[in-house]
Amino acid sequence: MKVKHIFEIAKALLLARSKQTLVAAIGVAFSVAFFVSLLGFMEGLNTLLDGLVLNRTPHIRLYNDIRPSDNQPIALDSTFKNYHHFIHSIKPANARKEIYQVETIFKRLKNDSRVIGVAPKLSAQVFYNLGNIELNGVVNGVEVGQESKLFKFQDYVFGGNAFDLENRSNSIILGQGIADKMQAKKGDLIQVTTIYGEQFSLKVVGFFQSGLVELDKVQSYVSLATCQKLLGESSNYMTDIQIKLYDMDKAPELAKEYAALFKIDAEDIQTANAQFETGSSARTIISFSVGIVLLIVAGFGIYNILNMMIYEKMDTIAILKATGFSGADVKKIFIAISLSIGLGGALLGALLGLLFSVAIDHIPFNSAAVPMVDTYPVDYGIQYYAIAVIFAVATTYFAGWFPSRKASVVDPVEIIRGK
Amino acid sequence: MLLIQWKSLEGNKMEKQIVLEAKSIYKSFHDPVKIDVLKDLSFTINRGEFVAITGRSGCGKSTLLYILSTMDSDYEGELWIDHELMAGKTEAELARVRNEKIGFIFQFHYLLNEFSVLKNVMLPGLKANKLSEQELEHNAYELLKKLGIEKLAMKMAYQVSGGEKQRIAIARAMINDPLILMCDEPTGNLDSKNTEIVFDIFSELVNTFNKTLLVVTHDQNFADNTQRNIIMEDGRIIS
Repeated sequence: MKVKHIFEIAKALLLARSKQTLVAAIGVAFSVAFFVSLLGFMEGLNTLLDGLVLNRTPHIRLYNDIRPSDNQPIALDSTFKNYHHFIHSIKPANARKEIYQVETIFKRLKNDSRVIGVAPKLSAQVFYNLGNIELNGVVNGVEVGQESKLFKFQDYVFGGNAFDLENRSNSIILGQGIADKMQAKKGDLIQVTTIYGEQFSLKVVGFFQSGLVELDKVQSYVSLATCQKLLGESSNYMTDIQIKLYDMDKAPELAKEYAALFKIDAEDIQTANAQFETGSSARTIISFSVGIVLLIVAGFGIYNILNMMIYEKMDTIAILKATGFSGADVKKIFIAISLSIGLGGALLGALLGLLFSVAIDHIPFNSAAVPMVDTYPVDYGIQYYAIAVIFAVATTYFAGWFPSRKASVVDPVEIIRGK
Repeated sequence: MLLIQWKSLEGNKMEKQIVLEAKSIYKSFHDPVKIDVLKDLSFTINRGEFVAITGRSGCGKSTLLYILSTMDSDYEGELWIDHELMAGKTEAELARVRNEKIGFIFQFHYLLNEFSVLKNVMLPGLKANKLSEQELEHNAYELLKKLGIEKLAMKMAYQVSGGEKQRIAIARAMINDPLILMCDEPTGNLDSKNTEIVFDIFSELVNTFNKTLLVVTHDQNFADNTQRNIIMEDGRIIS
């Protein structure tokens, strides 16, 4: 018996009950459509929200931590090796936050095949001057090109061009929160005081909105050179090196390697932002389970319809068996019916899901937290369509399994004799 | 010398080739009480025979036919079809035997309404999967032509009349060129004119194409015109 002929018979049986078939297929189509659009929407939001933090967080950050030396003098003296040390509350020495041999580290990292890119960073504590009020703040010195390439710096800058930081000396991109407080407009000059008491005038060339309101009340951006000037340091002074990797999961391992290699402190993204991973995966699990429940419900629909069809088609089954079709053949026919409904419904559903996704993608969404989007985010990942279709076909296969087994054991004598 | 011997052997075979043999078949129903339906039935059917089984209602002739057609495997005794013992075969093997060696014709025509007449005839052939679809279609059409109903080929099964349906059922039973045709009251549902047509077809199958026919009927007139009449009463063969 050729598969083609099994499907031919299945098709004829299906067409004989075209309305029921349609209802079953629509059931599957809707579940697949909702599954796809729900997951796409959820993943789109996840990506957006995680991006708020993860996009701008380096996978590995190299810096010099301020803490007491691990090797205290008393430990070095072997005389006191077996004694109890009473010295406590040890303070760090006047350690420099500066990273030594920045050039060598840069060269080394740029040649590393696992690294996408490296961006230097500096930060300076400042006070924003508002008349006679002084507001606490942090000014970050960045290299705009690298920062944009690796951490999408430009996406968060509005009301100006990020590259103006490099092109104009003594320019600043103000955090949205602090800009509102200072009522600063583009082109204004603002005053900042460094912790060393020096005053600087900086020209506003744009505004920065991170999406985290508290942060925007404090944080602003200047070029690396301007920041070095604020700190009164030379042009190779750097406190942070930010590294972005091709494979984020390797960060903890590489952080250890770099820490040992450069004799420096290294912090990986997993340690710094563990909570984001947890949130995303929980949301994904919830939407997956809702979607799968939908598909299972559709499976029950198919089960019902097939059961009914078998009672209606007893005569057909009996005659097929009398003319030499085996129970296995009959089973295959009904499985083929079930799979056809499943596959047809799933493909229709995938198309419908795409339409739903496009519709969601056009719903306006304005949030202060995310300046760069104006409609709801949707992830069009092919994997959701694949999962939905595969799962729908699997569900319908099982939904068809039990009714088809019932059909395969129909006793033709009983049916023919019953007439 | 050898060739002649072989030829004569072949000749003998052609003369009296046993197609079906039943050896002391017993059958009883157990629900609600044990009733013996068939008791110690033994007979053989040779190639080219036209056999009728007759008897009153409830004498067990239909039950016997279902056993002979391998659809009912719940019995005692031995059934040999084409020198093969049917007992111990799996359901799929029995289905294959039905498909290849037995053609079945029922009282109710049992065509599949979802298919065209031609497709109905082709279905057992598609299951057998020995010929290509084109060849099968050709054979089916030829059969319909022989039965004078080739015009119906493209109609749906529910669009044809009762007498035509029975002829289509005959064509379907013939499609795999079976060893034996088994018929359960083939004329029970037909008027006298159509009964005559069906009988003529059967006679031609036996006389011209050397087919073997086993017909269960209570139409005495029909049975009288066959070559051999097995009469049953109370689960036994009485003549």
